[in-house]
Amino acid sequence: MKGFWHDAAEFFPILMNGVALTIVVTIGSLLLSTVLGLVWAMMRVSGIKALSMLSASLINVIRGIPIIVLLFYLYFVMPDLGVTLSALQAAILGLGIAYSAYQAENFRAGIEAIDKGQIEAAQSIGMGWWLTMRRVVLPQAVRIVLPPYGNVMIMMLKDSSQASTITVAELALQGKLIASSTFKNTSVFTLVALMYLTMSIPLILLVRHFEKRAGKR
Amino acid sequence: MIELNDVHKSFGKVEVLKGITASVEKGEVVCIIGPSGSGKSTILRCINGLESYDRGEISVEGLKVHRDAPSIVNIRTQVSMVFQRFNLFPHRTVLENVVEGPLFVKKEPRAQVLERGRALLAQVGLAEKADAHPPQLSGGQQQRVAIARALAMQPKAILFDEPTSALDPELVGDVLGVMRKLADDGMTMVVVTHEMGFARDVADRVLFIDGGVIVEQGPAKALLNQPKHPRTQDFLRRVLHPL
Ligand SMILES: Nc1ncnc2c1ncn2[C@@H]1O[C@H](COP(=O)(O)OP(=O)(O)OP(=O)(O)O)[C@@H](O)[C@H]1O
Ligand SMILES: [Mg+2]
Repeated sequence: MKGFWHDAAEFFPILMNGVALTIVVTIGSLLLSTVLGLVWAMMRVSGIKALSMLSASLINVIRGIPIIVLLFYLYFVMPDLGVTLSALQAAILGLGIAYSAYQAENFRAGIEAIDKGQIEAAQSIGMGWWLTMRRVVLPQAVRIVLPPYGNVMIMMLKDSSQASTITVAELALQGKLIASSTFKNTSVFTLVALMYLTMSIPLILLVRHFEKRAGKR
Repeated sequence: MIELNDVHKSFGKVEVLKGITASVEKGEVVCIIGPSGSGKSTILRCINGLESYDRGEISVEGLKVHRDAPSIVNIRTQVSMVFQRFNLFPHRTVLENVVEGPLFVKKEPRAQVLERGRALLAQVGLAEKADAHPPQLSGGQQQRVAIARALAMQPKAILFDEPTSALDPELVGDVLGVMRKLADDGMTMVVVTHEMGFARDVADRVLFIDGGVIVEQGPAKALLNQPKHPRTQDFLRRVLHPL
């Protein structure tokens, strides 16, 4: 135990560099997946057949490809097509695209859970499609969508470790590098696990808060 | 003011409106009665373009109703609708519900709209509920807010689809009272209802619909007291003397 604290004090600063990158990858891909997910969901509920079908097929294609393959594709194949991305850019783009499919399905479920009477009431006072979405549907859908959205945040935090496969030195990869040069596997990976947990716990509490709020009314 | 000319409407293979021809004059109160599934709601929904129709023509003040044309917004701001299940926006306060249309659709000045909204809430007896949220109100109160929301658009006519049939019996009177006052003030109203007392006292004319056609129409008292068509007689007997 004494050895662990000693190791922890020694490795902590280096691992914090990994934490910083983990946070950048998570937040970047979370924002991207949210925006893309909203776009796919809006296309899906637009009532325009071509848009809705395009979005449905996009979602299926994205869901059918493992995240790691998507990352390899962006990082190793895109340069052959003339588009060179940094490892960090490829990681954010890949995770953002991969998770946009789940976000879209979540957003769509929230939108479709809104009572049809709400939409008719909005139309009956002259609201068009976009105003109905913005003033009536989306504000009510948010309440429904937030708890699963929080869960996606937790999954994305953990899946940001997949960026290590394309050389992004986030927390997991930093840990691996230290462990392989010092052979202190137990100390290093225990510390890495604790650091992931420390970041997850606030999110877990946030989800619980969302769930309580969604349960009301 | 509202004209329907040989309006036909099918859902899939089922024709629910089979040639409806009727008109509503300015200031008139017209009640639509008829058995369940006869097409009463569908008529109202076609008038303000919540539903499309297949054949014939509906017009409001000479403007043709076409669900998918941009002009529908114009028609909806002139013809308001009150729903059986109120359909208030639960995430907004009572006052916000009332001013939503004037503020965000008609883009009227905020101060003026808020003042009108409060006056309308006072008119339906709910001035003190302005800051409550709809789920905190009784059904009767919610329906009166919905009427205030319809009035806030300063419409030329209001369509009511069974406004009291989702209410507990003791709350029906308040809502009918508000509607009665509107009628007295000269509002043009089309009311689908099972409240025969209201129809007899308030309506100028009554249309009896069955199977997607107007079976009989006429002045309210004459039609309700001395129906001519056997189907009207049969329907009224069953509504007025159940069992
Ligand atoms: N969206 C829809 N899709 C398919 N059928 C529908 C739809 N809306 C209504 N109908 C059918 O059309 C017919 C007329 O419906 P409508 O709601 O106009 O009747 P109603 O006279 O208002 O009846 P109620 O008194 O029960 O409200 C019914 O047979 C109904 O099942
Ligand atoms: Mg109906």
